[in-house]
Amino acid sequence: MFTPSKTNQMRGDLQHFRKDYGFSRKVLLNCCLVRRIITWASPNPQDSVEDELELSAVRHRPEGLEQLEAQTRFSRKELQILYRGFKNECPSGVVNEDTFKDIYAQFFPQGDASTYAHFLFNAFDTDHNGSVSFEDFVMGLSILLRGTVQEKLNWAFNLYDINKDGYITKEEMLDIMKAIYDMMGKCTYPVLKEETPRQHVEVFFQKMDKNKDGVVTIDEFIDCCQNDENIMRSMHLFENVL
Amino acid sequence: MAAGVAAWLPFARAAAIGWMPVANLPMPVAPAEKNKRQDELIILNVSGRRFQTWRNTLDRYPDTLLGSSEKEFFYNEETKEYFFDRDPDVFRSVLNFYRTGKLHYPRYECISSYDEELAFFGIVPEIIGDCCYEEYKDRKRENAERLMDDQEDNKDAKLPNMTFRETMWRAFENPHTSTMALVFYYVTGFFIAVSVITNVVETVPCGSAPNQKEVPCGERYTVAFFCMDTACVMIFTVEYLMRLFAAPSRYRFMRSVMSIIDVVAILPYYIGLVMTDNEDVSGAFVTLRVFRVFRIFKFSRHSQGLRILGYTLKSCASELGFLLFSLTMAIIIFATVMFYAEKGSSSSKFTSIPASFWYTIVTMTTLGYGDMVPKTIAGKIFGSICSLSGVLVIALPVPVIVSNFSRIYHQNQRADKRRAQKKARLARIRISKTGSSNAFLHSKRNGLFNEALELTGSTEDEKRLSKSTSLLESQHHHLLHCLEKTTVSVLILELFNHEFVDEQYYQQSYLEGGLQNYPSRSPSLSSQDGVTGTCCTRRTKKHHTPLPNASAPAHMQPLTHTHTHPQGLQELSTIHIQPLSTSRSSLNMRVDEPAPLNCQSSQITTAIISIPTPPVTTPEGDAHLPAGPAHQNVVKVSAL
Repeated sequence: MFTPSKTNQMRGDLQHFRKDYGFSRKVLLNCCLVRRIITWASPNPQDSVEDELELSAVRHRPEGLEQLEAQTRFSRKELQILYRGFKNECPSGVVNEDTFKDIYAQFFPQGDASTYAHFLFNAFDTDHNGSVSFEDFVMGLSILLRGTVQEKLNWAFNLYDINKDGYITKEEMLDIMKAIYDMMGKCTYPVLKEETPRQHVEVFFQKMDKNKDGVVTIDEFIDCCQNDENIMRSMHLFENVL
Repeated sequence: MAAGVAAWLPFARAAAIGWMPVANLPMPVAPAEKNKRQDELIILNVSGRRFQTWRNTLDRYPDTLLGSSEKEFFYNEETKEYFFDRDPDVFRSVLNFYRTGKLHYPRYECISSYDEELAFFGIVPEIIGDCCYEEYKDRKRENAERLMDDQEDNKDAKLPNMTFRETMWRAFENPHTSTMALVFYYVTGFFIAVSVITNVVETVPCGSAPNQKEVPCGERYTVAFFCMDTACVMIFTVEYLMRLFAAPSRYRFMRSVMSIIDVVAILPYYIGLVMTDNEDVSGAFVTLRVFRVFRIFKFSRHSQGLRILGYTLKSCASELGFLLFSLTMAIIIFATVMFYAEKGSSSSKFTSIPASFWYTIVTMTTLGYGDMVPKTIAGKIFGSICSLSGVLVIALPVPVIVSNFSRIYHQNQRADKRRAQKKARLARIRISKTGSSNAFLHSKRNGLFNEALELTGSTEDEKRLSKSTSLLESQHHHLLHCLEKTTVSVLILELFNHEFVDEQYYQQSYLEGGLQNYPSRSPSLSSQDGVTGTCCTRRTKKHHTPLPNASAPAHMQPLTHTHTHPQGLQELSTIHIQPLSTSRSSLNMRVDEPAPLNCQSSQITTAIISIPTPPVTTPEGDAHLPAGPAHQNVVKVSAL
């Protein structure tokens, strides 16, 4: 049969697969097949050689264990454990955004975690190539679990700053806040109202924005957080996760 | 939560740091991680094949055997591994489930063995992945149908206490159960055939007088045909009323298809009887006679093939509906096209679109009568397209119906074959069971022989006999022996107990129970010689023979016996056995004859013990005991 119908059929099958539970199947397919299908079904015909390169790039192999050991603060064994879990869920070696969203959504069944996962993905994907490789993953985790408070706060600021311009505006914060509240879902007590995120943003800005210029810079953020007891204590909360 | 997600939980927790600066309230304390041990490999030894995996892999599913502490029961201290005495091939799938989160069903595996393994390891079969789920469900359904068929056969068995009504219903539903039912079955079948043939012959033109035009036989021999019709309808009415009477649920019976067919078959006759006087409605009366042809459907009670066909059509209702719908669509389209194509030509038969329907149907089903033919070129072109598409449209749903029919038909064939083989299978199973019951009796005799040998002091014979039974067998036999010893009849002074006995003896003793005396061998029995006379005298006699067929003598005794005896239990045991089995009773007493017992063991089928019925001292109790067949009080022990 002709290729286009085959790809259509495969796409149809894929969508059929996506409906099901079974997390790792989706991950597997999404990692490899989605890229393949998009490659094949794309209208501009590429060179077959480039296709091969594209495919081979999908199978990503991380840097050596020693290098990662040097770059992160994890021990060898911890890296092994992390990689085993990572590779098990994503045999091709990279996580793309949809998979990332699916993984993260599994932890928050009541609400919609896709928006927040999108922001998280951007925070992890430091080189902005659309996929999170094992190195990105491990670097991010290293900061979050083994970094200094300064580094952690830096990471958080990076997360909130959606357009990475160095300033957190009210709109950005509102987006983040809405994403966080979306994760809660509808079944909360008391019921979340429409303006709750907005109010929360107001509270945040009142606390953080010292010079009242409507944006929060990195220094304001770090200073304010370091003066807040609760935040400081919570930064150490997940230290022994791994 | 799925398996792999557990591996990403550290990541999700770490990412929660992103919420901290936003939060206003202090966070709850994290759960303490007790003895954070490093991940280790554990070895699972399944029937010799060693599987190794990380402990964390198994911990992903804590509600299964391997993921919980239940596996500690299988831990082998010496070899430091977990040993499971199960099928290693199926275990592969099970372990892969932990590793990948997907459970697959291997196609070559028997469905029930797979189910058992899953049940053992505590895995719910519903999580089988989509790739294998359909196959699993299909096989399971097939298996269930097979087992259900086997169970259905059992309901043919005659229950002991059936009322007349139930017997009748059973006779109607299963004609092979009794001769009367079979006769009735064939008679009704014959009359259905007669009725149908009558209806057909009625319309054939019989020979007529030369000056008259031909008349159908029905009008010529009106009386004869009327009598035939009346007879048939009477038979059918009686049959219907009898079925209605016998039906367990009359309302449900009246709604069933067969009863509706019955009613429709006989109703025209009665309506005809009522309406013959009125000339106005005679036209309608003629129409009603058409319904008489429904009598032919009554044959479906007699033919299984017809029933299968009907069932197939019912189960393919959606395909048939689709066929009908697509045909209708095509007919309307082509009829319209043909009408407009032929509108121009003169003297065209295509006078309207509905008139063209007939042409379209005839063409699409490739009949091609030729009474309506297109004359214009456009008409001919569209006509040919119509016939080609007709072939396609009809050919598409038909294979589905055919495959459905084939499946149901083969299922029925299989069921019939299984039923036929069932008897042979059961007989084989029974033989193997009696083998084990024989072993027990054999060992008992050997035990007796051993005792005798001990008395006489020869050892090599003893060795020869003792090594023939394994430890398991000897323990089993000891258990049965203990049961025998337990069932002591309490009221009698002398110690005799019920014994396992061959069915042959049971039958013989049952038949000759009242006729023979038991030559007394027991030293403890009183020396009163028994006279086989009335049951009373038999009862007072102290010659008791230890026979387990307690109820049999009670059955033998007349029901009018109402004496109350102090030895309520004894009366149940007063059956006499023939001298052949005296040696059996000698097991209780000391051995007089060391010769091995000459029990004939050729036609043994089952061993029977009976539950000693509680001592009854009331007359009613006496009368009650013998009620029902003898084997009501007898428990068959066949699974030895």
